[in-house]
Amino acid sequence: MKPSEFEYHAPETLAQAVALLAELPDAKLLAGGQSLMPMMNFRYLMPGQVVDLNRVAELSGIAVESGRLRIGAMTRQRDIEQAPLVARHAPLIPEAYQLVSHKQIRNRGTYGGALCQLDPSSEQPCFTAALDGVLTIVRHEDGRAAARELPMSEWAVMYMTPALEEGEMLASVSLDIWPEGHGYAFTEYARRHGDYAIVGVAALCAADAGGRIDRLSVALCGVGPGPVRLSATETAVRGQAMDEDAIRAAVREARAIDFMADAHVTADYRQHLAGVLTERALRTAFARTRNHAGA
Amino acid sequence: MDTRKITTVVNGVTYEREVETRRTLGDFLRHELELTGTHYGCEHGVCGACTVLLDGRTARSCLTLAAQVDGHEIRTVESLARADGTLDELQTAFRECHALQCGFCTPGMLMTLTELLGETDDPSEEEIREAITGNLCRCTGYQPIVAAALLAARRLREAKAGASIQHKE
Repeated sequence: MKPSEFEYHAPETLAQAVALLAELPDAKLLAGGQSLMPMMNFRYLMPGQVVDLNRVAELSGIAVESGRLRIGAMTRQRDIEQAPLVARHAPLIPEAYQLVSHKQIRNRGTYGGALCQLDPSSEQPCFTAALDGVLTIVRHEDGRAAARELPMSEWAVMYMTPALEEGEMLASVSLDIWPEGHGYAFTEYARRHGDYAIVGVAALCAADAGGRIDRLSVALCGVGPGPVRLSATETAVRGQAMDEDAIRAAVREARAIDFMADAHVTADYRQHLAGVLTERALRTAFARTRNHAGA
Repeated sequence: MDTRKITTVVNGVTYEREVETRRTLGDFLRHELELTGTHYGCEHGVCGACTVLLDGRTARSCLTLAAQVDGHEIRTVESLARADGTLDELQTAFRECHALQCGFCTPGMLMTLTELLGETDDPSEEEIREAITGNLCRCTGYQPIVAAALLAARRLREAKAGASIQHKE
């Protein structure tokens, strides 16, 4: 099918974009179009106004800023996947992108679009949570774009609903840079290559000079409305060895999540996958972790 | 009716058109430019038949609006054959390997593999299979498509090696 009629707006600056959004509260923001366009083609969505963000250059880009990796909301997934800066500072991300849909989709799809779409099984909110993402949200105020920041842990309000107020949009995300030599892994189970994960696990591990866990981060997707971090284990294993006990603790916490269920996948099966995939992700991340070079 | 004036280069030809803003790129190519080589299958980004190159990268033409390609460059399957009508290496390999039956998925397959062969001149079978995971074929079982891509890559490498030998002489 074809989209129904709408009024099309193509702002060229962020200030213009948020001004339009303030003026047209029912407008849909068009990012990469890989989720919105199918819904419009099927007329699940018939927005009267579409604000296309693809010409707003300041919403794209990858940079290191104040010791964090900053990625613009309109940066194409394929550009992030291939960026040397991302490979160096957050190798978890290109590994996760190998599992995100197909190249044709990643060529157009944007990071911010996926975060706002907030599919519970999407890999992108999951690695953002693992890397302690901080989202920069903008709105129109006094003729310009005013910003506020929100941690990723507060982004998912409920099923496919991010914490955006009326007139707000996502501008960029900053991510933690882990020390050189940190271990990482993204593991998932999906029915077909390129499908959303049924369950996915992102893991990061940094070791101290003695080879003990200095810092651990584990996030799961496909378990509830938003990504879930294994915070208790992350704290408990600090200073412990990268061993079976640490893996068991993580698996125990992962299996205790209050799992969602749907017509295709039961909560029991998600629980099973969460345990298995957490173990695999941690084994890979531990194996890749190098002892901290200092001391 | 909301319309927009666009200028776009399709297969090397510049077009200036007034388009309805809800017009998708695929429908624009097929109905307004009469470039019907690009096929429309699922119209929601799953089948890959409508894949074109947008500024050199594959994109679903059903998930892009014509209004969005103002100032951008498009390549469709019509651009592959040489000016005299002879097929390019990939198309030739598709014919020789029987990599198509009904032909519906073929334009999307060709554009996806054209992108891959532009990125690497020696793709592995696994890389080829991964590249076409976003293109559905219901006739061939994919096997001949993979064989055709491997054959075309080999011939392109040989042609390049031949050209560089000639160049040295």
